[in-house]
Amino acid sequence: MPAFILSRILQAIPVLLVVGFISFAMFAFVGDPVTAMLGQDYTEAQRIALVHKLGLDQPFFVQYAKFMWAAAQGEFGLSYRLARPVSGLILERLPATVELAMTSATLALLIGVPMGVYTGIRRNSFASRAFMVFSLLGVSLPTFLIGILLILVFAVLLGWLPSFGRGEVVHFSHWSTGFFTVSGLKALILPAVTLGLFQMTLIMRLVRSEMLEVLRSDYIKFARARGLSQRAINFGHALKNTLVPVITIVGLQLGGLIGFSIVTETVFQWPGMGLLLVQSIQVADIPVMSAYLLLISVVFMGINLVVDLLYYAVDPRLRMTRRVSANAP
Amino acid sequence: MTLLDVQDLTVEFPTRRGTLRAIDSISFSIGTGEILGVVGESGAGKSLTGAAIIGLLEPPGRIAGGQILFAGKRIDNLSQDRMRAIRGRQIGAIFQDPLTTLDPLVSIGRQLVETIQTHLRLSDRDAKARAIKWLEEVGIPAARARIDAYPHEFSGGMRQRVVIALALCAEPRLVIADEPTTALDVSIQAQIIELLKRLARDHGTSVMLVTHDMGVIAETCDRVAVMYAGRIAEIGPVVEVVRHPKHPYSEGLMGSIPSLEHRVARLRQIDGAMPRLAAIPPGCPYNPRCPKVFDRCRVERPGLLEADATRAACWLYDKAAAHV
Ligand SMILES: Nc1ncnc2c1ncn2[C@@H]1O[C@H](COP(=O)(O)OP(=O)(O)OP(=O)(O)O)[C@@H](O)[C@H]1O
Ligand code: SF4
Ligand SMILES: [Mg+2]
Repeated sequence: MPAFILSRILQAIPVLLVVGFISFAMFAFVGDPVTAMLGQDYTEAQRIALVHKLGLDQPFFVQYAKFMWAAAQGEFGLSYRLARPVSGLILERLPATVELAMTSATLALLIGVPMGVYTGIRRNSFASRAFMVFSLLGVSLPTFLIGILLILVFAVLLGWLPSFGRGEVVHFSHWSTGFFTVSGLKALILPAVTLGLFQMTLIMRLVRSEMLEVLRSDYIKFARARGLSQRAINFGHALKNTLVPVITIVGLQLGGLIGFSIVTETVFQWPGMGLLLVQSIQVADIPVMSAYLLLISVVFMGINLVVDLLYYAVDPRLRMTRRVSANAP
Repeated sequence: MTLLDVQDLTVEFPTRRGTLRAIDSISFSIGTGEILGVVGESGAGKSLTGAAIIGLLEPPGRIAGGQILFAGKRIDNLSQDRMRAIRGRQIGAIFQDPLTTLDPLVSIGRQLVETIQTHLRLSDRDAKARAIKWLEEVGIPAARARIDAYPHEFSGGMRQRVVIALALCAEPRLVIADEPTTALDVSIQAQIIELLKRLARDHGTSVMLVTHDMGVIAETCDRVAVMYAGRIAEIGPVVEVVRHPKHPYSEGLMGSIPSLEHRVARLRQIDGAMPRLAAIPPGCPYNPRCPKVFDRCRVERPGLLEADATRAACWLYDKAAAHV
């Protein structure tokens, strides 16, 4: 098992190098940080001094190596826009995005999986049909539209929930959390629903179709022929088998939550990394953009690793090495 | 003594273009400890008959007529729950493909224990002991050590042994084995049939054995039913049906078996194909292919008629008409 994890981490290194190269290439070829930082009036000497200070006069690969070395230590230099270290900016925004994504993911899983199981087992019930219609809305309406509709209903018309911001937060050293204040929790609801709705309905539909597929399989028919109770069949056999393919897609979807949070954070002015990215893109704040890109790829790889480990836990066929001798005829 | 008594069983599938009658009023019985073979071309209705008996017809398929008596009591009209208690406990089933009949994510020991505990009030320890006993009985070597192994850790033949253990572990009185060797290596088929035969004998279990292998029928079964287009064409003691088939269709099937000693494994191909369910001809369903067809066959449908030691659904054996 540790060997497995180690090999996955080693496999991730080339990917990170490539993503790092793309991030770095943005530095090298997009925009002109020097003019951006100097403003309108500057002397040639000032310009050369800044170019030297930023290391832009060094050879390309030296710059790349330096960039990667610094990135590995969490150093992405100064934000062009705010002239503050990028790492600090991101750390400041990270908790908001993580809490939002986690809440959405939890909602999506806790509601999506049971609904998928239910609609799979009770295919023809009224509730199942209602869920399916509802899920169609969830997968087809764009995120920003859902956000705006929710704001319209719950913030503007009903006035129950705030339409923007994060409410009051509590600080634990570097981490700021909205989980412990009423206003923080209230502010979380609409963005979390907006962000999670798509994933939730997707998970539900996925679990449902996998469940239907599994319920048609021979081993479920045989379980019936063995006289097992409906409950034992559905939850002891069908659900477990349903989870194997569902895990991958759900893993990727949850990674996508962080990506999708850009739209949601913009709609709700949620002070997370997505909003930071949008603000940075508007002024071509390359260091922030490349740091974001690298961070997201690390997050995706982390999720992939967790997905693989889950597979490992659920599917004995992957644990082959454990007992090879048992394979004798 | 009769254990299973199927009377005029009819199975239908409602479809948009009318109702398809897949099983048309078939009757047969299986005695205690008896092995009944069931043969017939693909689509003859063998599997559906088995599914109807254990109450696992897939909707929209349904029993549209007749009744099924098990140990003297009707079981075709039981509630889902009552029928569930019969499955595995009174009537077991063995499926065709052992590679797909075992849940790949659950250890074989777990699958055995859950089956045993569903039907018998046993503690975890006793259930596990029973599971090991059954694995030993079906010939899994080192059963105690391999009880926690998963299906993929076994070969196809071994998996079918596990399936047999699962079907028999609550000691049902009847087992429906639907082509239990078709998916296996030829070299293993005989072993599995031998095992099934031995277990049935040792436990006094009745068996309904569906197979395409006439050799297996000849060596294993007491009686045999030949099915054609959802009906029984002929039924009788295996020696009679194999050596002296009365129905022209059985005759065609057996034509390729020179003797019981030199068995030829597969059913012989008969010219033409069995009609689709929607296009079964009036009269005798076999009449378009029958070499002995005569006028009456195209109009009137024959029921099972006494034909020496067997019964055949063929007008050739209509005694009332014989001396006209
Ligand atoms: N869901 C269904 N809808 C309509 N017809 C069906 C359905 N299931 C089975 N049938 C029909 O019922 C008939 C009998 O099928 P069955 O599976 O019992 O055949 P079989 O004798 O077991 O054949 P095989 O040797 O191929 O296993 C076939 O003609 C088949 O087309
Ligand atoms: S009834 Fe007629 S057609 Fe049918 S099997 Fe007998 S002889 Fe052939
Ligand atoms: Mg079949």
